[in-house]
Amino acid sequence: MSQIPDDLQYTRSHEWVRTLANGRFEMGITDHAQSALGDLVFVEVPAAGRALAAGEAFAVVESVKAASDVYSPLAGTVIGGNAALASRPELVNQDPYGEGWLVRIEGGPPAAAMLDAAAYASYLAAETK
Amino acid sequence: MGLKTPLHGVHAAAGAKIIDFGGWEMPLHYGSQIAEHLAVRSGAGMFDVSHMGVIDLRGPAARTLLRELLANDVARLAQPGRAQYACMLREDGGILDDLIVYFAADDWYRLVVNAATRSKDLAWIRAAAAVQGVGVTERTDLAMIAVQGPQARARAASALPHACRDAAPALPRFGFTMAADWFVARTGYTGEDGYEIILPATEAVRTWETLLAAGVAPAGLGCRDTLRLEAGLSLYGNDLDESHHPLESGVGWTVAFEPGERAFVGRSALESARRAPGSVLVGLLLEDRGVLRAHQAIAAANGPGIVTSGSFSPSLNRSIGLARVPAGTDTGEQVRVDVRGQQLAARVVAPPFVRNGAATFSLAPAESSR
Repeated sequence: MSQIPDDLQYTRSHEWVRTLANGRFEMGITDHAQSALGDLVFVEVPAAGRALAAGEAFAVVESVKAASDVYSPLAGTVIGGNAALASRPELVNQDPYGEGWLVRIEGGPPAAAMLDAAAYASYLAAETK
Repeated sequence: MGLKTPLHGVHAAAGAKIIDFGGWEMPLHYGSQIAEHLAVRSGAGMFDVSHMGVIDLRGPAARTLLRELLANDVARLAQPGRAQYACMLREDGGILDDLIVYFAADDWYRLVVNAATRSKDLAWIRAAAAVQGVGVTERTDLAMIAVQGPQARARAASALPHACRDAAPALPRFGFTMAADWFVARTGYTGEDGYEIILPATEAVRTWETLLAAGVAPAGLGCRDTLRLEAGLSLYGNDLDESHHPLESGVGWTVAFEPGERAFVGRSALESARRAPGSVLVGLLLEDRGVLRAHQAIAAANGPGIVTSGSFSPSLNRSIGLARVPAGTDTGEQVRVDVRGQQLAARVVAPPFVRNGAATFSLAPAESSR
């Protein structure tokens, strides 16, 4: 079973959002997403200062087999991308909610349509049936 | 639901990620595609390739039939127990399939063909075989396991039937030995040494488990693709297809133009193509950060081209690909590839990319790619 921490919010396209202090947020892809993609070999994250619209693709994660866009569920300005992923994309596989974070932004708030952990778990269960 | 090989239950029990491949439910990986790739390069891995088609051609005219159907010439097989890689062409030179032909006896040849093309191949072969009076049998009673890697032959020894154990270690490349319904061939699709073993379907599970106990790691179709790409081997449906002939697909070396009087299907089209080269298949090494993928557009000095296979190379830690580019594109030339809207730099290299676990070219130290 994939891990779904209680303190995060989720999207139906398998991103997660962590609320930090002072209107800042951290985003990444879920354990389910990294498992479905397989070994990641290339991750492209946005540069600091970039303005993101809600629903905009802000990162690319590529596994051995395919490339996928990652979409931001909230609008804001990029504080920074996770520079460690340039040389260690496997961090997203190993620790998707920790060292494998993709971007930190200032903005928000998250849309009301986002899922909490329980709702995301039932969404996954229904999707994989 | 898709077709299942005799080893499907073993894959499922091992927790493999199962995908559809040409209508078959096959293991993509058993946890980590990259770990499986590296296991084959450094030790030994095994692949269930039972989805591939095994076709027996029997009758005194079998050789005559194959000399007509295949662009390579089975008459070049010096003796029974030798195999050959060949393309089967349409009249216009387009590649129907690429296959291995095994010379078992004067009146018995065996073909191993791709899974996605087996029905098409069978119809094509049967139509020609009927004219020549050659019997065509699809051997759905058999399974096939490829054991590949520098340690593959040593570790596979205990899994072979006694009747093959003496002959197998002495096999030359592309040689094979057989006993009852077992075929053990020193062939493969990874660029490593090893065997491809054709065996009764009923013995597949026991053999797989014996190999596992001998230290052979299960490996999925995912790493089979990155291994073959590093080895510079073509994949039907990507690098080879009916719209292109062998001379523009990197497999011109498999076409036997001599003897000149052999009238194989596609010969006249290839004779014309040989006089006016259009495009060629080359290797690409991505110099910028990113990943090459099939269908990406290329701008080369002599004109446009296209990536036919692209992926990340676990052995080289960077992206590599095969590409069809205009004839005259030179090794060492830098081309631009449209990777998701960015024009990235790639260098033309001569495959294979990896041989015996090491790069076959010098990697520039200042590369920005990983």
